[in-house]
Amino acid sequence: MWKKWQGFWLVLPSIVLVLVFVYGLIAQTFATSMAPLTRRTFAGNEQVVSPGGFDNYAQLLADERYQRALWNLLVLTIVFVGGTMLFGMLWALLLEKGVTAEGFFRSVYLFPMAVSFIASGTVWKWLLSPGIGDHEAIGLNRLFIMFGLPELQSRWWSDPGPFNMAAMAMPAVWQLAGYVMALFLAGFRGISEDQREAARVDGASEWRIYRHVLFPQLSPIALSALIIIGHMSMKTFDLIYAIAGQNNYVADVPATLMWVQLFSQRNAPVAAANATILLLIVALVVIPYLIYTNRTEKGGR
Amino acid sequence: MRFKTLVAVGMAGLLALTACGGGETTDDATGAPGSGQGTTSEGQDGGAGGEVGVFTWWAEGSEKAGLEALQAEFEKNYPNDTFINLAVAGGAGSNAKAKLEADLQNNNPPDSFQGHAGAELYDYIVADQLEPVNDVIDGLGGTDVFPENLLNLLTVDGNIYSVPSNVHRSNVVWVNPAVLDEGGVSHDAPADLDAWLADMETLKGAGVETPLAVGTAPWTQLHLFESVLLAELGTDEYNALFTDGDWGADGVRSAIDKYAQLLSYANTGGADDWPQATDMVIDGNAAYNVMGDWAVAQFAQRDKQEGTDYLYWPTPGTDGTFLFLADSFTLPKGAKNPEGAKDWLNTVGSAEGQLAFNLAKGSIPARTDVAPDEFPPYQQSAMESFKNDAFASSIAHGAAVQMAWSADISTAISKFWTDKDADSFHEGLKQAAESNR
Repeated sequence: MWKKWQGFWLVLPSIVLVLVFVYGLIAQTFATSMAPLTRRTFAGNEQVVSPGGFDNYAQLLADERYQRALWNLLVLTIVFVGGTMLFGMLWALLLEKGVTAEGFFRSVYLFPMAVSFIASGTVWKWLLSPGIGDHEAIGLNRLFIMFGLPELQSRWWSDPGPFNMAAMAMPAVWQLAGYVMALFLAGFRGISEDQREAARVDGASEWRIYRHVLFPQLSPIALSALIIIGHMSMKTFDLIYAIAGQNNYVADVPATLMWVQLFSQRNAPVAAANATILLLIVALVVIPYLIYTNRTEKGGR
Repeated sequence: MRFKTLVAVGMAGLLALTACGGGETTDDATGAPGSGQGTTSEGQDGGAGGEVGVFTWWAEGSEKAGLEALQAEFEKNYPNDTFINLAVAGGAGSNAKAKLEADLQNNNPPDSFQGHAGAELYDYIVADQLEPVNDVIDGLGGTDVFPENLLNLLTVDGNIYSVPSNVHRSNVVWVNPAVLDEGGVSHDAPADLDAWLADMETLKGAGVETPLAVGTAPWTQLHLFESVLLAELGTDEYNALFTDGDWGADGVRSAIDKYAQLLSYANTGGADDWPQATDMVIDGNAAYNVMGDWAVAQFAQRDKQEGTDYLYWPTPGTDGTFLFLADSFTLPKGAKNPEGAKDWLNTVGSAEGQLAFNLAKGSIPARTDVAPDEFPPYQQSAMESFKNDAFASSIAHGAAVQMAWSADISTAISKFWTDKDADSFHEGLKQAAESNR
């Protein structure tokens, strides 16, 4: 009897901790998101800040600022994921062929990942400064002027247009493309040389070897990279906070907006509703992936 | 057997965790050291004893120097008490307020915390997180030593909830006269916003690319906007905006238009926060910067001389009104050492404490009985205005509006900064008033 249960006792502490500190707090957040909130104002009135129940969600979803934040998140995620996959793959391809000093280049590409978003954000804030024209351009805009390409100057993430968050993805891509490269490189190294030899003997061109022999075997890695980068992008807070500061309308994403809602607007129910929706969005991406990997692993056995 | 050992370790770990949790609750129940000792009346010789944790966002520069001066005064008057500095860095207290909020929610308040006097403290008062400090204010001299309209702002339902330490003026333009000379513009303050805008046009024509410096941080823009709003509406109508005034009024709209015109003469990037914007004036890259009077410390730090290197006026159109903000200190409910905290509040409110603190910080005393002789010329002039001018409360610095309202106004400001859409800005301001007033 004891023997049968000892495995369970072993994992019990972590189960309890996860239940309390993950699922318990998720439940608490959801409960908070349904709460009503009224506030007595300095002018002497009672203001209904949050009506309570699912009306809180309706109010949040109808908020033009929240819609803008969701749109910003979409733009950020597409450029961030696309950029890291593109550069990660490109660098992995270059290194995979066995260049001299491969270790050196690998470190060069990986190093940005060792820097925290807050630190790199402070530098990128300066690089992406929105000032245009000789009298106030600094950072990248100044560089463009020095190279005689003043028409390339941009207001970057401060641009009022709908795609300003693409600029915000630049530092994120810079930081994490090396990580994706490492994933792909490991994938390439995991494929035995025999397969390439065999393909060459069969007369396949180098392109066809990649297209039909190597890339298909990398697809699980590509999927993992996609999910890892994608969910990082959706939860991005520190980078945007460091670059745009707090309460900056153009650069809002749900995570930064939640901070504003909780600490500046002092509206815990709406902040909790925002957090719950964010969790759902991330779950929409992650759960199918978990099911998929579960199935393929079972199939592999 | 090995499994059994592992199980034992696991169980021990779980037990240790529950024990930790239990330990913390007993700590809270018995209270921290110091709470039992000083239950006698305040003002006793040597102080109540124990540790006094004081929470501020004064972690750098002149603010830090001011806090240290106040700490020295406190330790001199109350040798039994131990001062604990709980300062959290970050501009205008943005990070500090989040940390404070968490501490208050967790019933772990500091013994005293800094807050902007006025509406911003109201959130804490209605949340029942502050104790009244009427006895401290009365002990210090009440309305004999503090201006009545300042105390009125701190009074809710007949109780006063904080002790003001210092006053700042928001509507000040800092001017580089050398840049004015480039365009042949007079050194005297323009009579109103239109005259000021005309001067900027002249300067721009003379090759000054950015006559006006403004930071890209939304609060620095709000800081400029509140001056413009005051200039367009006048003191009474401006103050009414926070009680029953009409945000849809033409005056508000014309303030938005004037503000937009001002921004067209300003930099669009390059200066993140107020120090960089003020530096633009110091370095001659801009002629004007509207900033609170803490900017005077920036000029002093760079060894600039008043009159020759820099000038200051009230924002054109607001002469005769003191657009003010004030810091004050509180006594949170559940403070571990309330008597020690009262010793601290007595130091903050004393004439000596205010003299030492404000000399170092560059602000002016909230008390009116501190002699101006020892202060530098700028502060002397501000003290003179503080005594004689009409009062208006700052939006950007928590005197006029609660945090939620100022957050909504900041959002509208930061949106306008990028899209320059005056209609949607006006709509945003109206909505902010509707949902927060």
